[in-house]
Amino acid sequence: MNFTKLLATAAVALGLAGAAVAQDKTKVGFVYVGPVGDGGWTFEHNEGRLAVEEHFGDAVETVFVENVAEGPDSERVMTQMALEGADLIFTTSFGYMDPTINVAKKFPNVKFEHATGYKRADNVSTYSARFYEGRAVQGHIAGKMTKTNTVGYIGSFPIPEVIRGINSAYLHAKKVNPDVEFKIIWVYTWFDPAKEADAAKALIDQGADVVLQHTDSTAPQAAAQEAGDVMTFGQASDMAEYGPFPRVSSIIDNWAPYYIARTQAVIDGSWSSVDTWDGIPTGMVEIGEITDAVPADIKAEALAMVEAMRTGAYHPFTGPIKKQDGSDWLADGETADDGTLAGMNFYVEGITGDIPQ
Amino acid sequence: MDLSSISLTLLMATLMVAATPILFAAIGELIVEKAGVLNLGVEGMMITGAVCGFVVTIETGQPYLGFLAGAAGGAALSLLFAFLTQITLANQVASGLALTLFGLGISALIGQSYVGLKPERTPDLFPEALADIPVLGPILFSHDLILYLGLALVVSVWAFLKFTRAGLVLRSVGENHDAAHALGYKVVRIRTLAILFGGACAGVGGAYLSLVRVPQWTEGMTAGIGWIALALVVFASWKPGRVLMGAYLFGGLDQLQLRLQGAGVAIPVEYLAMSPYVITIVVLVILSADKSGAPASLGRTFHASQ
Repeated sequence: MNFTKLLATAAVALGLAGAAVAQDKTKVGFVYVGPVGDGGWTFEHNEGRLAVEEHFGDAVETVFVENVAEGPDSERVMTQMALEGADLIFTTSFGYMDPTINVAKKFPNVKFEHATGYKRADNVSTYSARFYEGRAVQGHIAGKMTKTNTVGYIGSFPIPEVIRGINSAYLHAKKVNPDVEFKIIWVYTWFDPAKEADAAKALIDQGADVVLQHTDSTAPQAAAQEAGDVMTFGQASDMAEYGPFPRVSSIIDNWAPYYIARTQAVIDGSWSSVDTWDGIPTGMVEIGEITDAVPADIKAEALAMVEAMRTGAYHPFTGPIKKQDGSDWLADGETADDGTLAGMNFYVEGITGDIPQ
Repeated sequence: MDLSSISLTLLMATLMVAATPILFAAIGELIVEKAGVLNLGVEGMMITGAVCGFVVTIETGQPYLGFLAGAAGGAALSLLFAFLTQITLANQVASGLALTLFGLGISALIGQSYVGLKPERTPDLFPEALADIPVLGPILFSHDLILYLGLALVVSVWAFLKFTRAGLVLRSVGENHDAAHALGYKVVRIRTLAILFGGACAGVGGAYLSLVRVPQWTEGMTAGIGWIALALVVFASWKPGRVLMGAYLFGGLDQLQLRLQGAGVAIPVEYLAMSPYVITIVVLVILSADKSGAPASLGRTFHASQ
């Protein structure tokens, strides 16, 4: 046996040993759209990852890649994760939908979980949270509190998830304040602090005294703080460092229980493709503390609404609701079905402007 | 549609703030490229400047010290690039890309415990009475010292390149480093100084982002501004005046399109969103019809023995 062959054999033996060790541990991968320190969306997904590590200890190994652009680049990252032996991969942004499906086809033995999308396969589950329940609470507080009757809304991409949030916030603001008007700016990014700050400033310059955001960084909070008299809500994460004002409440995405349950399912071999869409009742959506900047009576109303959604007594999309073009959507007392909500591509009556197509 | 809700005065004032980080980074890179070095690490140097400036401002409560730290941070990172490309003769493109990745990583590390803090406000240069003058006040007198320094820097760089002997030497190094070397100029030393200057400028631009424009520290917060600055230098044909124009045009269009959206203008949002990029490129390409080309030695490595 010559030297090269010896080396090669040794390498193979090492590789086998490595593989054997790897098989003992369940490897869970996470693909993030922003940095884990964004203070919002990706931060909370990473909290979920850390919870998985804490829960399973040495039985599970987690890996993550941050700042992965939506599109082809994400396919490369997922492929790499699968090749490195990941058993379960969470892809945590809407734009990873097609890449996830593509990579899942190539790795039938790897389980994939795609957040906020609607395409599934035998080894691809989808999961999302009913953020619109939280938006209803925000809309209520915003409608009650705005003095200029102008609410600014920073949209990321015109996808159903974001449009649902706008509709839900608008409906509940309008209910308590018929004069309220929404100004919507699309920034076409999930994470770009400078651009998010610019959008917030543009809205504030145009008279908004409440700014809602559907982007991932805390930059709009900082812009509102600088302006002084503008109210905001934490998005995806509590963003409590900007409380008690401008941040008066928040929507918190709590992914940890779901991530732990799905990892357990892979370990048990009971994993199957499912579509999960949970909200306030299961705790996947939490409402962050409503600060004292909100008067006690408004706070009580908001908390009552949260409680009603928790028990299932109230659905944020309860008729009568008309679409923007004036046609009927929901009859009196009727609630929206999940199919329509999942694919929502229209504004409700009263919102001005068009959804970018 | 309600165009009256857009205040042109406020638009002008915000566009100047929005353009300043790009302006600093681009004018620094212009000097680097004029010396014949292509440093693609602008993004990395900016974000390092952003985090250094932020950390020092939080720790000392002195924004100006923060800007100095930003400049120092950017320059320190660029020194690494200078070592790689000027001493060890590494490939400039690869080194620059590595610098960006390195900068993004190390800034995240340094900034870990500074997320969510609020920096001391950078004071305005002029008294409030001046800023209250209608129209002109907010545009001309409502900014901080650094913004005016940025404008002064553009003029200085232009004058330096056009009228001074040192500027001529710098350009000669960028055009033909062998000839410059034969004339006895220290090519490596001149290039290293240019790289340091570029790093310091990028660092100040980054610090402006984390201290004035946003103002907060978030990982990855430059989000591609460094790359826009790089592109701007090329489209501006390596001319300081056009860099200024391009930065203001780009910043202004970006602010304008956000405000037009807020006002509910009936132009599809996609067109509005791409307009800053498209219009800036078109204008600068038309201007560059005078065939002012790149420095001839741009991106080429130099060693005295070759």
